[in-house]
Amino acid sequence: MGFSNTYIVGFITLLCLVCSLAVSSMAVQLKPQQDINKELDVNKQVIRVAALVPADEELTAERVTELLTHVKPRLVDRKTGAYVEGDAKAYDPKKAAKDVAASTPIPDEFKGTQVRRLPDVLRIFEVTLPGKECVVLPIHGYGLWSTLYGFIALKPDASEVVGITYYEHGETPGLGGEVDNPQWKAQFPGKQPLDAQGKVKLTVKKAGQAAADSPYQIDGLSGSTITTNGVDRMLKLWLGENGYGKYLEQVGGAR
Amino acid sequence: MDKQTKSILLDPLYVKNPITLQVLGICSALAVTTKLETALVMSAALTFVLVGSNTVISLLRNRIPGSIRIITQLAIIASLVIIADQIMKAYLFDVSKQLSVFVGLIITNCIVMGRAEAFAMANPPAKSALDGLANALGYSFILIYVALFRELLGTGAILGHELLQPVKAGGWYSPNGLLLLSPGAFFLIGLFIWVQRSISPKLQEEA
Repeated sequence: MGFSNTYIVGFITLLCLVCSLAVSSMAVQLKPQQDINKELDVNKQVIRVAALVPADEELTAERVTELLTHVKPRLVDRKTGAYVEGDAKAYDPKKAAKDVAASTPIPDEFKGTQVRRLPDVLRIFEVTLPGKECVVLPIHGYGLWSTLYGFIALKPDASEVVGITYYEHGETPGLGGEVDNPQWKAQFPGKQPLDAQGKVKLTVKKAGQAAADSPYQIDGLSGSTITTNGVDRMLKLWLGENGYGKYLEQVGGAR
Repeated sequence: MDKQTKSILLDPLYVKNPITLQVLGICSALAVTTKLETALVMSAALTFVLVGSNTVISLLRNRIPGSIRIITQLAIIASLVIIADQIMKAYLFDVSKQLSVFVGLIITNCIVMGRAEAFAMANPPAKSALDGLANALGYSFILIYVALFRELLGTGAILGHELLQPVKAGGWYSPNGLLLLSPGAFFLIGLFIWVQRSISPKLQEEA
């Protein structure tokens, strides 16, 4: 069967058009539902990282809404650490990071996180549930293949880590993807993020090299050095003075 | 049901099973079978893609120029996979998170392209759809078998319902962690291949 070149080019063009039309119309139609899921998932992660419920409790949409009444999003000025008035719910730090007027280029030492710009106003979540007070800080940075998005929860005075979690990443399942592993994440609670001078001390070491009695060191994931280095870098960035450092300094003043 | 239809439908389940006899699609069979739930969802996604791609490719089979047939098949399969992935992200968010990249990797699943190239390019749509369904079921059958044993023996539960109470929860069963790792899946598939070929010696390959 001979087909002319014109036919072949025409055929493949038409096929591509039909396929892309099918894929994009599907994507557009399902977007609202996917966004609801994503938001619910992010909220669930905030609740989990703050340890508001036992780890094995299933979270229903209603329970999430109920618990969210104890979670208050706040805006803080990255450079001074002071609270900023404004609609924290509607604020989008990702958008702000793209706005040249509302963000600052990242210092060279943190280029490895592949975060290009830091928004001048950051969003944090303050958890006010009695007995479970903490502050949840969104963090992100590059691992091996992808940017990891997650949260770290600290005691209100930044004296201790409450938990860490990643809700979106594209690391290798079974290796770097183990940053989701509850057993690995269980190393974080109780560690001290900062020293008395406010310097970031929390460190993810190479697998097997963390001192067990160190209040600052976390054992990395074996077989995923680059991912865990990425985690380490992003902790240094976000907990440091270029990230939430100024804010933590203010709330942890008594330390 | 005439003989040919019967063979299209039944062969891939046993005597031509894509996983145990053609040994295709092993990667995903290892990756998504630590839990029955993910295995079921993966099976459904593959069934959707395989039936869809076989039907579409069969409908177009006389119009697809031979020189670009592979890329044509790939474009159709990839589109169907993205659609399946999008649907899962909208309605089965938690499972789709666990399946992560493996849904996307259906594109490279040899079963899908193998059936498109070997069957759909040469047969009418109804038969091709049936062939797709049968092969997807053959794949699903093995996936479910592997996942059933991995979840039951690895965690003591099925679909999250505890059947063998593990020691940690005060029971007697000490979960076998090996089954949750990839080698566990290899052992189960290997066992199946052995048992299958012992029952039906004619399936044994020449040494």
